[in-house]
Amino acid sequence: MKYNWDWGILFSAPYMDWLISGLGWTISVALAAWVIAFSVGSIVGVARTVPNRAIRAIGTAYVELFRNIPLLVQMFLWYFVLPEMVPDDVGRWLKREMPNPEYFSAVICLGLYTASRVAEQVRAGIEAISTGLSSAGYAAGLSTTQVYLHVLLPISYRQIVLPLTNEFLTIFKNSSLALTIGLLELTAQSQQVSEYTFQSFEAFTAATVIYVAVAAVVTLIMHKLEHLMYVPGFIGTGDK
Amino acid sequence: MFGDLDFQVVVDSLPLLWEGLQLSFALMILAVVGGMIAGTGLALMRLSGNRLLSGLAATYVNLIRSVPLILVIFWFYFLIPLVIGRPIGGFYSALIAFVLFEAAYYCEIMRAGIQSVSQGQVSSGKASGLNYWQIQRYIVLPQAFRNMVPILITQAIILFQDTSLVFVVSLRDFMTASSIVADTHGRLIEMYLFAALVYFLICFSGSFFVKRLKKEIAR
Repeated sequence: MKYNWDWGILFSAPYMDWLISGLGWTISVALAAWVIAFSVGSIVGVARTVPNRAIRAIGTAYVELFRNIPLLVQMFLWYFVLPEMVPDDVGRWLKREMPNPEYFSAVICLGLYTASRVAEQVRAGIEAISTGLSSAGYAAGLSTTQVYLHVLLPISYRQIVLPLTNEFLTIFKNSSLALTIGLLELTAQSQQVSEYTFQSFEAFTAATVIYVAVAAVVTLIMHKLEHLMYVPGFIGTGDK
Repeated sequence: MFGDLDFQVVVDSLPLLWEGLQLSFALMILAVVGGMIAGTGLALMRLSGNRLLSGLAATYVNLIRSVPLILVIFWFYFLIPLVIGRPIGGFYSALIAFVLFEAAYYCEIMRAGIQSVSQGQVSSGKASGLNYWQIQRYIVLPQAFRNMVPILITQAIILFQDTSLVFVVSLRDFMTASSIVADTHGRLIEMYLFAALVYFLICFSGSFFVKRLKKEIAR
């Protein structure tokens, strides 16, 4: 095995800037997509548990549709196919005038895909709560909406902190797929550094270390949060 | 808009797409088998009680689980020719990347499965004079596998979807084949919609099967 090491390359211009800008895009895509994933996922997750059958079916259809198509295909559908499927004026705007089409396609794609996974966690959280609690809510005269807002959701969110952390880390890793539509996020930048310098080992190590570091920081924060959110008296995941 | 859609291109390119789909399936099946074997090994290491072994396995699993699969594919495309000294072709590089990547996920599944077997089973094994390997082989692993079948299949479906990522190294799986046809004929909409439909049908039937299986096991 013959290889010329040069770790200095990572700290020299312009390669260090490339990696930093890549990290910036990765974080920015992940956070924006998470906002969509969390809000849409919560709505779909709740939809799958409500008494109304039609609404439940729509929620199930959403989850099945988004979970059973590879994320890469979805990415291409949003980026290449959507602008052709809408009225011509909108399509032209999407293709030509919208700033940063790669970024917005990636955010919407990742957000709606992850929403289907968040929905499953929200649903599991709600279903894990004993029916006695919602019955008590109804008996106290709350409406279905009130039972969800004041009883079911507050408890279930506090129980699913850990699975949601995993989903957040997944969105963060999946943001690397945005490179297929030309967004220069962290993985793309490390690949570019490797192509320009032939120091692939150093370039990929840098990306790996950054991914691991971000994952470690997120995990640490969420573990703290989990203990804070732990509902006493429930068999939760908190071990205190 | 919809007026000029022409799905004839799909029919014309079926042989190429079929070859791609076969490669996708081959990659999935080999990666599932390899990933499960390596994953079981890692899980046994993590649960072995030996601090060095379990520490090594835990580090590996946590490392792999915190990086994107695309980055792992890039890593092995670069590393394998360097280590072996000669290129071994895209398919084998991708396969090794998938096996080593999936091993980390299968390890966690197997670990949960092994831990779901009650401690009493291990104790009775010891009491009847079996050694560690015999207990694993005849008592723990068979029960663990049984509990884990639905989730193992679910993971295989996820892996099948993940094989589309070999697109980034231009290995000609179903996704790459669709994209080649889409570009050469300028028929992006038709090809990507068709690709989505094919993946959906395969994965949806898979998850439907898992649901039925779960009901069977629960009974």
